[in-house]
Amino acid sequence: MIRIAASALALAIAVAPGQATAQFQPSNPECIAGAAPGGGFDLTCRLTGRMLNELGIVQAPMRTTNMPGGIGAVAMNHIQAQRRADPNTVVAVSTGSFLNLATGKFGRWTENDVRWIGAIGADFGVIVVRKDSPLRSLADLVAALKANPASVPMGAGGTVGSQDWMKAALIARAAGVNPRAMRYVPYEGGGQSMAALLGGHIQVFPGDASEVKGQLEAGEIRVLATLSPNRLPAPFADVPTAKEQGLDVEWAIIRGLYMAPAAPDEAYTFWVDALRKLTSNPAWPAARDGQGLFPFDSFGEEFSTLVKSRVQVMRDLSKEMGLIQ
Amino acid sequence: MEAVGLLFDGFATALSPLNLLLAVAGAFTGTVVGALPGIGPVNAIALLLPLVYALKLPATSALILMAATYYGGGYGGRIAAILLNVPGDPSSVMTTLDGYPMARRGEGARALAITAIGSFVGGTGAVVMLTLAAPTIARAGLAFGPAEFVGLVVLALAAAAGIGGGSAPKALAAGAIGLLIATIGTDSGTGVERFTFGLLEFLDGIDFTVVVIGLFAVAEVLELLERREAGFSSVPEVGRGGLSLADIRATFPTMARSGIAGFFIGILPGAGATLATPLAYSIERRIAGASGRFGQGDIRGVAAPETADNASHAGSMIPMLALGIPGSATTAVMMGALMLYDITPGPLLFQNNAPLVWGLIASMYLANVVLLVMNLPLIRFFVRMLLIPPWVLYPLVIALAFAGVWAVNNSVLDLVLATLLGVAGWAARKAGVPLVPLLLGMVLGRMLEDNVRRAMALSDGDPTILFARPIAAVLWIASIAVLLWPAIAKAIAARRPQASA
Repeated sequence: MIRIAASALALAIAVAPGQATAQFQPSNPECIAGAAPGGGFDLTCRLTGRMLNELGIVQAPMRTTNMPGGIGAVAMNHIQAQRRADPNTVVAVSTGSFLNLATGKFGRWTENDVRWIGAIGADFGVIVVRKDSPLRSLADLVAALKANPASVPMGAGGTVGSQDWMKAALIARAAGVNPRAMRYVPYEGGGQSMAALLGGHIQVFPGDASEVKGQLEAGEIRVLATLSPNRLPAPFADVPTAKEQGLDVEWAIIRGLYMAPAAPDEAYTFWVDALRKLTSNPAWPAARDGQGLFPFDSFGEEFSTLVKSRVQVMRDLSKEMGLIQ
Repeated sequence: MEAVGLLFDGFATALSPLNLLLAVAGAFTGTVVGALPGIGPVNAIALLLPLVYALKLPATSALILMAATYYGGGYGGRIAAILLNVPGDPSSVMTTLDGYPMARRGEGARALAITAIGSFVGGTGAVVMLTLAAPTIARAGLAFGPAEFVGLVVLALAAAAGIGGGSAPKALAAGAIGLLIATIGTDSGTGVERFTFGLLEFLDGIDFTVVVIGLFAVAEVLELLERREAGFSSVPEVGRGGLSLADIRATFPTMARSGIAGFFIGILPGAGATLATPLAYSIERRIAGASGRFGQGDIRGVAAPETADNASHAGSMIPMLALGIPGSATTAVMMGALMLYDITPGPLLFQNNAPLVWGLIASMYLANVVLLVMNLPLIRFFVRMLLIPPWVLYPLVIALAFAGVWAVNNSVLDLVLATLLGVAGWAARKAGVPLVPLLLGMVLGRMLEDNVRRAMALSDGDPTILFARPIAAVLWIASIAVLLWPAIAKAIAARRPQASA
């Protein structure tokens, strides 16, 4: 506690001079998690909120509200309909939401209808096979897919068109195979998919780095590639990225926050600064690791540009793959 | 016998004052949230997660608190199911079938006592199996693929035929409506929206809890209102009918069978108590045959689902502990907690974090004892609830249920839906349509569809995959045998007098 208090104090001193925007402080701040308690959105809200309070960045206690439905679609609808100018509410968001925005599953709302605050971290896609699989590299997988796309059953924790499916589809597409021709088995969540992989029911599991870490450490699986821009830290240090293996596929599961479209500038600036302060605090890396996230710094306008370009890329992809017209 | 030594170390961990206190606190919290419809143990555990992290509890203690809450939920769900005909959680739906008729006869205390004992037997028996053979069993569970799941669900459906009373066509219609409700939401195979009417709230389908609250709690109140109009008083006797040793002896085979079934179904990732309870109930109903009074308050009819429920909870811990795979929503949240403590859940958990794992297992034994000791004396108190006039009691239950749904989902639509379903449920009762088949259709229908589609995706549309593998084939044969059993039994009965003549 003392350590945290001290670092918060040091930060407060460092930031205090010349910061006119520090005058805004939200009253009754709230974080909306667009899923039931226990999921990724929920953790983003509860842990971020708690840390913001503990470090004194947000003074009033932050509350978390769960609003499950459509990977954030219900929460988005609520913000647009009832809190269009709310300076006190932030909403958790992830790449899953970006994909649903791109495919029009957020109703009439698009990426231009909210103010993007920033990211708190990211997880990365990985392509996983069982330890005894004949597939030893991404090249092997590509060759197998090219020879017969139906010979390699893949499975992951999302429906066709979800981000888990996208990871598999992007690999197929990069291999020159029509994603619609691949054999994809939708499971409920990464846990069931991993069970299916270890049980030999599916051969390839396009999962997330954080959820396969334990199996990798135990030597139960082989990771063919990480879908990250650079290599990930141990135990993934020896795993080459897809790019290194000549396949231009990247998939980051970014987690972050947005706020209402008509929120006042001073509130927006406050929240952007709050995330900057939080993620640069020495107490943050441990909390971020606990959520299974790698560092991913992007805030304010930069984050906004990033989200908009990602959504556009996904929209193009979805059209190309026949998910939307 | 290495396990025994490690387990003793585990008891040393679990018996520390803090951990013991947390086990008791968790058991109590679990019982309460399990008893209230609307908020279940999964929600409670998810809400505990940031709290234990903030309190800087050691990882073992945090896990003990969560596991005890999970366990307590298994004990709590039965209370309202038996006394009020309102299942406290999805897995206690089957308990209403015989529990409520028993309570109406004034045997509420007897039903509560036997289910407390059943929960204890199921829970403890499953933990013993977990202690002895977790890694081996976990590996075996992985062999269960989509085709085997299809076989298992078909067996459950075959055995369940005729459950819930009412005429066969009406029960069939109710089951079909349940199947239809299950199709609402995003289709897993194609990502297409089905029957969402453009409502974003329907994208993830309709929450089972909402349906249970509507069809049971709300419909019950509507029926009550009507009875009051007709001048019908409905306070059952409460004092009568404690539990006798003969009851325990009579239900023991039921508990043993249901416990084993619940445990093995619990191990399978993606099945759990919602499949284990109807299967255990149906099997016992079939075994009892004409000697049973299932549906009218047979004591085996409450012992079976509650034993299976708690055994499946312990079973679902196995893939999490032995393989690092969360097989259910609850264990997924617990694994999230481990990650927060920088412990990577995985096959190495037993090796790298032995004190944590064995402390947790020891705490499961303790939690079961605590829950039994806590629940038996409380029965007198629970039963007294029935002395509260129903016009106070039921609205209170509904208020709590609605508050629970609101707290978890913040969705107005869910509340509207529960109300509408309540009216529909009341009308269905008037028409003599049983509602349990509807709930079974909803739960098993979704499981069946998902797994058939998975199997088809694996085989590229070749349906023989459903029968080709040995376990699946056995399950299909068992299903056919169960369906034909009444006819076979009749044929045997018809032949016997001739043979003896």
